[in-house]
Amino acid sequence: MIPAPDLAFTLNGRTVSTVDGSIGAPSMRLLDLLRLHAGQTGTKEGCGEGECGACAVLVDGELVNSCLVPVGQLHGCTVTSIEGLPRVDPLVTAFARAGAAQCGICTPGMVLAARALLDRVPQPTLDDVREALAGNLCRCTGYARIYTAVLDAATDAGPGKAGGR
Amino acid sequence: MPVPDVAGSVAPGTAAAAVAGGASPSSRAARGLLGAAVARKDGPAKILGEARYVDDLVLPGMLHGATVRTRAAGGILERIEFGSGIDWDSFVVVTAADVPGINATQMIEQDQPVLAEHRFRHAGEPVLLLAHADRGLLREAVEAVTLHERADPSPVFSIDDALALRGEVVPGNVYRDYLMSRGDLAAGEAAAEVFFEGRFETGAQEHVYIEPQGMIAYVDAAGVLVVEGSLQCPYYVLGTLTAVTGRDAGSVRVVHCTTGGGFGGKEDYPSQLAAHAALLTLKAGGRPVKLVYDRAEDMLATPKRHPSRTLVRIGAGRDGRLCFLDVDFVLDGGAYTTLSPVVLSRGVIHAPGAYACANARVRGRAVATSHPPNGAFRGFGAPQSIFAIEQAMDGLAEALGMSPLELRRMNMLRPGDRSVPGQTIDATTDFDAVLDQALHESGYLEKRDAFAEFNAANAAAGRPLRRGIGLATFHHGAGFTGNGEVVLASEARVRANVDGCVEVVASSSEMGQGSTTTLCQIVASALGLPLERVSQAPVDTHDVPDSGPTVASRTCMVVGLIVEQAARLLRAELIQKAGLPASGADEHAFAAACARYLDGHPRLEAQARYEPPANVQWDETVFEGSPYASYAWAAYVAEVEIDLATCEVALSGFTAVQEVGKVVNPVIAAGQVEGGVVQGIGFALFEKVAWGNTGTMANNRLTNYIIPTTADIPPVQVFFQEQPGGIGPAGAKGLGELPMDGPGPAILSAVNFALGTRISSLPVMPEDVMAALSAHALRVAA
Repeated sequence: MIPAPDLAFTLNGRTVSTVDGSIGAPSMRLLDLLRLHAGQTGTKEGCGEGECGACAVLVDGELVNSCLVPVGQLHGCTVTSIEGLPRVDPLVTAFARAGAAQCGICTPGMVLAARALLDRVPQPTLDDVREALAGNLCRCTGYARIYTAVLDAATDAGPGKAGGR
Repeated sequence: MPVPDVAGSVAPGTAAAAVAGGASPSSRAARGLLGAAVARKDGPAKILGEARYVDDLVLPGMLHGATVRTRAAGGILERIEFGSGIDWDSFVVVTAADVPGINATQMIEQDQPVLAEHRFRHAGEPVLLLAHADRGLLREAVEAVTLHERADPSPVFSIDDALALRGEVVPGNVYRDYLMSRGDLAAGEAAAEVFFEGRFETGAQEHVYIEPQGMIAYVDAAGVLVVEGSLQCPYYVLGTLTAVTGRDAGSVRVVHCTTGGGFGGKEDYPSQLAAHAALLTLKAGGRPVKLVYDRAEDMLATPKRHPSRTLVRIGAGRDGRLCFLDVDFVLDGGAYTTLSPVVLSRGVIHAPGAYACANARVRGRAVATSHPPNGAFRGFGAPQSIFAIEQAMDGLAEALGMSPLELRRMNMLRPGDRSVPGQTIDATTDFDAVLDQALHESGYLEKRDAFAEFNAANAAAGRPLRRGIGLATFHHGAGFTGNGEVVLASEARVRANVDGCVEVVASSSEMGQGSTTTLCQIVASALGLPLERVSQAPVDTHDVPDSGPTVASRTCMVVGLIVEQAARLLRAELIQKAGLPASGADEHAFAAACARYLDGHPRLEAQARYEPPANVQWDETVFEGSPYASYAWAAYVAEVEIDLATCEVALSGFTAVQEVGKVVNPVIAAGQVEGGVVQGIGFALFEKVAWGNTGTMANNRLTNYIIPTTADIPPVQVFFQEQPGGIGPAGAKGLGELPMDGPGPAILSAVNFALGTRISSLPVMPEDVMAALSAHALRVAA
């Protein structure tokens, strides 16, 4: 009989593993590990089938929907949810300044999608932003403030674009 | 508790309020706060994922709830069978027999049971509630329940079938039948020289707030039933809870959680959900029960925007002046009344559009069908009827050989005109300026010609791309319709603490629209305080008065006015009794005065109540008078590009110009317009509810009910004009719903321009484009 292999990965800078019990069944959704086990509720469940992006997190810097990822796939990976983002990230400032969060339920996923983009393309065009965020649904903003926030965070261009007039 | 000698009702602009206002606050921090693009108060917590929504809350010993629903489209529930293999004793089980009070949601009628007992009217109706600590076992238990139903033989799934009585959901199938009639229709028809007649339809639309509906209920140590959740209207929920449980308002508390979008979808349904959670916790001895829907259940069970069918007959003289207008407007209300009568009334009032016409008749009916009830959705009936009149104006323009722009220019409402309902348009209205700016910013005239040339050249060369541009001009009334605000008599308070920090105490619920920030701006401005000194108190019915529901574009305008009055009363009290300098006081002087006051008084609060302006009189028996205290005015231009090979319609540009009175916060206001426009784009081009065999939503998943993504939405151009005509603070008007009205008609006009078709229903899916092109080709060939 082959014993179940140990499973360990880094979650927001902390090691979690089956050895210390911080991970349960390998089939558990990463979303449930975050919300129910780690008590980190910044990651939201909007649809449970990978369509809305409210549960988006970074796995080794790639944007993934945590509702579709069983934790058994994550051995050795580095997972970053909104709780793992620096509190003073330029994106956080830019989202606040631009009014890019309305109801806020999509915002953590949206910020992480933007983070993944800016890590890859530090000076994105509007088309880059539209492509990178296309997996994250927002029903409040119509996306315009979010475009402004991401472009502002990239250029640190100040609040000049946010007036909408 | 109000301060006795200052609290009470004040009408806007009364002597009391004017005195209370006194010399205007002069603090540098407060100066210009109304109109400032200050950052949202709720921004950082939401961006960092720290805001707590209902599903984020975990209470000790908490159970999870689930709902078992009917499958047939109406019928008789004969028996509930609990299957074997489940330890039913370990579950909390609630049926209609467990309802201690009235088994009905408290809306306009009391026809909708909280739990169906015998007769039911639609599939998806709640029958049985279960709760258990283990969600896996809960899912198994739901599967193990069988409802034995005797299905109705002839359910009704369309407006036409309801009107033709092909099956009867309620006697006659009509919940309400309204008539708004002005002038002499026959004389208008006789005078008209050019006519247009059309039938227009719009489909259901799902709200898709990204946070599904949810509630937590428990009984606290004092024996009070507490229900916390995602909701827009705390006092609606309270009304249902007291009726259903038989408790008084003192032993029930409704608490608003951070709410992940509403758009009207959390206006009436949360009362049902709260009652379900409450019944479970009461059966479970007060143990906390969380009832949160997954996306599929939310889309299956909760209300949608009412589908509509509108017949329009319209006629004008050869010069384009409207002679008569005859509209027959019908909404599909679904299987229970819920909010349909008031959605209908707003739809009827907006049906003549923003045009002057002396001879007009609008008949409006809300009919019963076997679909789950339809309800409130941003715009509340107006997007449906405005869509029809705007399309009819395009049709009439074509019949006249005029441009749609010329026809609108000829008939749009101007100061001194009487609208069809009977309101005299006030002197601050400048609809022409709104239209002019929309034409200018969009390049409408140039593009209209360029697109026509582009299309002709492409057709000649056999290339598949076509371009179109469309225009909609409209207005939207803010606040409750007619006498609604009189009946509501909303109240709100402002409370100051010993450290000089101030709270807005109101039942208005933040759900993304920015109301917390705008209400705090208004109060800070009235008190001469920096914004950081003012916050909104948690919305808890044991603390906040009933400020009315958070709906109808009324929060900034109506509740904003009330909290502004309350703030002025509080300031006057401090000037009179605590030595606050009447001018020049900063936040330190204010805090010192608060401390002095609270040294001798138990609390420092002022309360105000809304009283509508005297000129707003409405006779709802004949639909005549001034239905709204303020209107916002708008002109929207949509540009599309259509690929004839794929029949896909891509939005290539959108310009939204509106006059909304004072813009209290430009960033929040622009966000409201941008978001509303994109919901309108979805309504026009993407969002099609497919009905299954039993009348519930078949595509109840985000996989196949498609809302706009960033890939679909180019930047929308948004412009505000500010005329000081609104009744709200500094002349503010309501604006939240306005942007939902324009995209549908403007986009369909653009599509019809591009294709030379006359498509008359929304949404326009690629298959509709294909069908219209085939019909068009046949017409051309003939």
